[in-house]
Amino acid sequence: MGELTYLQAISDGLRCEMRADPRVLCMGEDVGVFGGAFKVTDGFIEEFGPDRVMDTPLAESGIVGTAVGAAVVGLRPVCEMQFADFISCAFDQLVNVAGKMHYRQGLAVPITVRLPSGGGFSGGPFHSQNPEAWFMHAPGIKVVAPSTAHDAKGLLISAIRDPNPVCFLEHKYLYRRIRGEVPEPGYTTPLSARVAREGEDLVVIAYGAMVHAALEATQDIEGARIEVLDLRSLVPLDEAAILESVARCSKVVVVDEANATCAAGAQVAALIAEHAFEDLDGPVVRVASPDVPIPFSPTLEQAVLPGAERIGEACRELLAY
Amino acid sequence: MATYIAEVRSQFPDAPSEFLTREDRIGLWRAMLLMRGIEQRAMTLYRQGKVPGSFYDGFGQEAVSAGAAFAMGPHDRLCVLHRDLAAHLIRGVAPTRIFGQYMGRAGGITRGRDGNVHFGDYRTGCVGMVSMLPDMMLVATGMAMAFRMRKERRCALTWCGDGSTSRGDWHEAMNWAGVQRLPVIFVLENNQYAYSTPLDKQFAVDPIKRAATYGFPGISIDGNDVEAVFEATRQARERALEGGGPTLIEATTMRMHGHAAHDDMRYVPVELIEQWRRRDPIELQERRLAEIDVDVAAVRAAVEVEIEAGVREALEMPMPDPATATEGVFAEGEAQELGDGAAPWSGFSTPLTALPADASAPAPSPVDDQETHRWAS
Repeated sequence: MGELTYLQAISDGLRCEMRADPRVLCMGEDVGVFGGAFKVTDGFIEEFGPDRVMDTPLAESGIVGTAVGAAVVGLRPVCEMQFADFISCAFDQLVNVAGKMHYRQGLAVPITVRLPSGGGFSGGPFHSQNPEAWFMHAPGIKVVAPSTAHDAKGLLISAIRDPNPVCFLEHKYLYRRIRGEVPEPGYTTPLSARVAREGEDLVVIAYGAMVHAALEATQDIEGARIEVLDLRSLVPLDEAAILESVARCSKVVVVDEANATCAAGAQVAALIAEHAFEDLDGPVVRVASPDVPIPFSPTLEQAVLPGAERIGEACRELLAY
Repeated sequence: MATYIAEVRSQFPDAPSEFLTREDRIGLWRAMLLMRGIEQRAMTLYRQGKVPGSFYDGFGQEAVSAGAAFAMGPHDRLCVLHRDLAAHLIRGVAPTRIFGQYMGRAGGITRGRDGNVHFGDYRTGCVGMVSMLPDMMLVATGMAMAFRMRKERRCALTWCGDGSTSRGDWHEAMNWAGVQRLPVIFVLENNQYAYSTPLDKQFAVDPIKRAATYGFPGISIDGNDVEAVFEATRQARERALEGGGPTLIEATTMRMHGHAAHDDMRYVPVELIEQWRRRDPIELQERRLAEIDVDVAAVRAAVEVEIEAGVREALEMPMPDPATATEGVFAEGEAQELGDGAAPWSGFSTPLTALPADASAPAPSPVDDQETHRWAS
């Protein structure tokens, strides 16, 4: 057991699986000699060689499409999108080829697509997006989004071992800001929610970087006992855990860093409206980015992204309801 | 432009392949006959309202899938498109399951999950297409990437259409395969039209010329000569297995029917159709077989019997249970890989002297020769 950053935990998980399973390879732009734009695969090429740490052409559709081909003949590719935003270029291969393969033809596509996502560092409109909802809407693709170093390693290993295409959303803001105890051997984390803090007066449901914003925001709101539920997995969505928290707390704030419309949190809110109406003591409140591209300038970006302040405010209002 | 599009440039002009035995040459013809017969019969079923949706066929293009698939070994892997039914037949898919597929029956290859020619039986080493073309170029490239990484002497092949050469995935696959020098064969099935769009609205530079710019050879052949398609593919495969990298084969042919059953193709000049009708791939091969005294009538009769039996059986298949509509979106347990397909070419079971000794070799798993010939029995 040692303390690792969120980023080191991702590297560690990938390294563990590559050591344990010769079928696992990582591929992407600049992941080999350079070690990746964020250095997740730093030093990998020396250990595993250029075939298994593959510097690919600048071709996102090519990265996902060839990964599908390699997967159906027995490999376990882990694709890196340099930034999650670039997955739009590979959307078709992921949604139409990988996502529908098993339903149509009974053929599994075990690929993992790593998506460095999220804003908060002036990345601008093309380096700050949270595209998870696109893939929640597409059948046949699993979507996970860890918030801690421990889960980053465990969920990556779960994703690699899963026989389905899995989008692994790793939040760039957390890369070097979050640390935690991470066991040395490989382990899996279940694709289910985790109670980050127990409470009974209100629950904040979040995932990824917003879990930390929620924890910070609700540390002390007039002595209320506020639960924070970390979804960890968006597909499958842990409906039982969500409904259980709602039944216990009766008041819910759902947080997305993503643009509000049809975001993961919208699905959570719909689920609660449909199945937990009787448990509620107030409206389901959502906190998310407005439907605008994520702006570059720090003042504009902070005006858009949800943070502890907005989450705290939403909680205060709902507690007073 | 009409004169250009009717022109067939072949590096194998009317030259029967010396790598084909009498049985092989009959087998190629039989695969084409079976494809045409099944598709004609399915069109009737469509008009009778038994095939839902629309219906797509490869009338006039049978030689392209038959010739190319026939050159592929059991361990090779194929991504098959919508005008390539002969490839499925050669790899071992039974006609009855194809009829079941067209009619959306529970016994169809996708069990009613997908329709018409959108299928692949993974047990035969084939992945079915998606409608976004040419997505499968990248999938085939990825298969070849895995083969090269594992140092296996295997090859991947996919077809693509003239229209698909305009899309980015075509360029990404060509470039990727060239950069990594992968054992992959791209068969460009140039059938003159992408739905209603003719070649002169599709590209300013002939796609076959692009191959060289991606760093590998492009070969033009008569796509209606099944033996030429076989021979070009055989050579491309051999090169690929020897580490020579990818090949683009342009098989020039003609889509003799509309894009799908609803399309009367009035945008195609009548004389062009007439010109190509005289070059029918099945008739061309039949003339060759007559020269070597094959009883073509007997083969035809046997194919007819097989088709009718397939239709009868498929008509008895139940429709899928509506309660199963949401099943199977996700895979569970250990992922199943593609299996080996039938590979009926005699070159795989009795290597000819002209072949390198191990051309039929590598075998990641043992080959059952009986099994590989089951399609023709």
